[in-house]
Amino acid sequence: MSLDADQVRKIAHLARLAIREEDIPGYAHNLSNILDLVEKMNQVDTDGIEPMAHSHDAVQRLREDRVTETNQREHFQVNAPQSEDGLFLVPRVIE
Amino acid sequence: MHTKTLSELKTGLAKAEFSSVELTEYYLQRIERHNPDLNCFITTTAELARKLAIEADQKRKKGDAGSLNGIPIAHKDIFCTEGVRTSCGSRMLDNFIAPYESTVTAKLAQAGVVMLGKTNMDEFAMGSSNETSFYGPVKNPWDFERVPGGSSGGSAAAVAARLAPATTGTDTGGSIRQPASLCNVTGLKPTYGRVSRYGMIAFASSLDQGGPMAATAEDCALLLNVMAGLDAKDSTSVDLPVPDYSANLNKSIKGLKIGLPKQFFDSGLDQNVARSIQQALDEYKVAGAKLMEIDLPNMPLSVPAYYVVAPAECSSNLSRFDGVRYGYRVSDPQDLEDMYKRSRGEGFGAEVKRRIMIGTYALSAGYYDAYYKKAQQLRRLISDDFKQAFTKVDVIMGPASPTTAFKIGEKSDDPVAMYLSDIYTIAVNLAGLPGITIPAGFVQGLPTGLQIIGKHFDEARLLNVAHQYQQRTDWHQQVPNIFK
Repeated sequence: MSLDADQVRKIAHLARLAIREEDIPGYAHNLSNILDLVEKMNQVDTDGIEPMAHSHDAVQRLREDRVTETNQREHFQVNAPQSEDGLFLVPRVIE
Repeated sequence: MHTKTLSELKTGLAKAEFSSVELTEYYLQRIERHNPDLNCFITTTAELARKLAIEADQKRKKGDAGSLNGIPIAHKDIFCTEGVRTSCGSRMLDNFIAPYESTVTAKLAQAGVVMLGKTNMDEFAMGSSNETSFYGPVKNPWDFERVPGGSSGGSAAAVAARLAPATTGTDTGGSIRQPASLCNVTGLKPTYGRVSRYGMIAFASSLDQGGPMAATAEDCALLLNVMAGLDAKDSTSVDLPVPDYSANLNKSIKGLKIGLPKQFFDSGLDQNVARSIQQALDEYKVAGAKLMEIDLPNMPLSVPAYYVVAPAECSSNLSRFDGVRYGYRVSDPQDLEDMYKRSRGEGFGAEVKRRIMIGTYALSAGYYDAYYKKAQQLRRLISDDFKQAFTKVDVIMGPASPTTAFKIGEKSDDPVAMYLSDIYTIAVNLAGLPGITIPAGFVQGLPTGLQIIGKHFDEARLLNVAHQYQQRTDWHQQVPNIFK
């Protein structure tokens, strides 16, 4: 599997990653090599095999639906790049 | 003092041969002296450590000492520690002060440990050499030109150089067992679900598991006793009683059935490492164990399957780093999308970006069946191979790494070559099994490691089997000359 520059740009956009134009060929090369490795999976026929998402095939534990956490907004917002009046600030979305 | 094991330090503290304040100061000085050579700490917390040591000594006087009271240890910088920077080896979290405490570090603190600092690691635990860290590579204490392995490379190097008697690590594809092998350390990856993942920064949530790293299996047992157990805050932690992992260490291993997968001794294994592993197996034979060849036919496909499952989960987990609530944000965003893209583009290093992109691609419309579903089907086959093998044997043994420590820079431009250094560890994560690496000898002055794999929740047996080897050998006591 070989990815070209346009495919790398598209994947980077989907992942919301800015990649410098001069780095695109390097990513295309490395990602293609990784996909070549991954495609060795096709050596084995897995038709009809139940996919395994989790090693214990566990089900979620249920708990009573009640409030257990207290509001710690100010405490958590200490790490915010930009906040005001308890709100996280981002660049203007609606003009 | 630093040649003492954690168990011996525990005894020394109990007998008042030294105080926690003295012990802590001793290790802080070792870190100050040697860390510039090794770079195994991202953050040292000397002031906090001194305060905790005083508290530990006071608690002991009051007869209120926990099981690890006053023992200094260091945590991999993936565990959130309240009020202390938790970087995960990334520029993205270079300024992140954790607002809460992970369950693992909270439990250890409750038992009385003194935190010395946070250890270096591959960025977001993605790497096998510790070279992807934003804070620079860790040096292998046995040869400063070589890698310590990864991703828990700082934790492994810190124990190997005896800058801490024990450390915590995490293992998603071998990140405890491979660096333990490369650094001459004992490292245990517990069964998935045995140790809570709460507050452990997520990489691949169906594979991640925290565990102890120390000089001996006996020490790992003491740590696991504290770390293991059900946690309401981690829905995948398992509701099974925690046995006393120290209780069965001295049990005889006569008649133990050891399986040797032929896939672990193939042409990819360095011949010198193979000889070293063979000698370790011979030692088990002398101790009365029975060795037999077994077959794990799908194990060679564990690396390809892992490089779908792990990146897919990572691309989802790391979407939370968007420059909005915490972490790195570019200073002059043009608009929201520009802020997301450049904050992530600049905040993440190259390997993390590669894995996010592989995961994004594998999960994108039209590719799901070919990649993610296929990988999960293989995961089932790999897991079934182990189940089959464990009907015949008690434990499985083999190397933890195909080579000894490689040179810094040797594989850093070739991701696929790097991925293959985890060829013997990854299948264990896919199957959710416990595995331990113990020092097994040296090849040209560099350590080798024997990996022992057990059935689900059979950590007590792994520790027993490892301890018995350490009673008969002294590889685990070897320390590089410069750190003696």
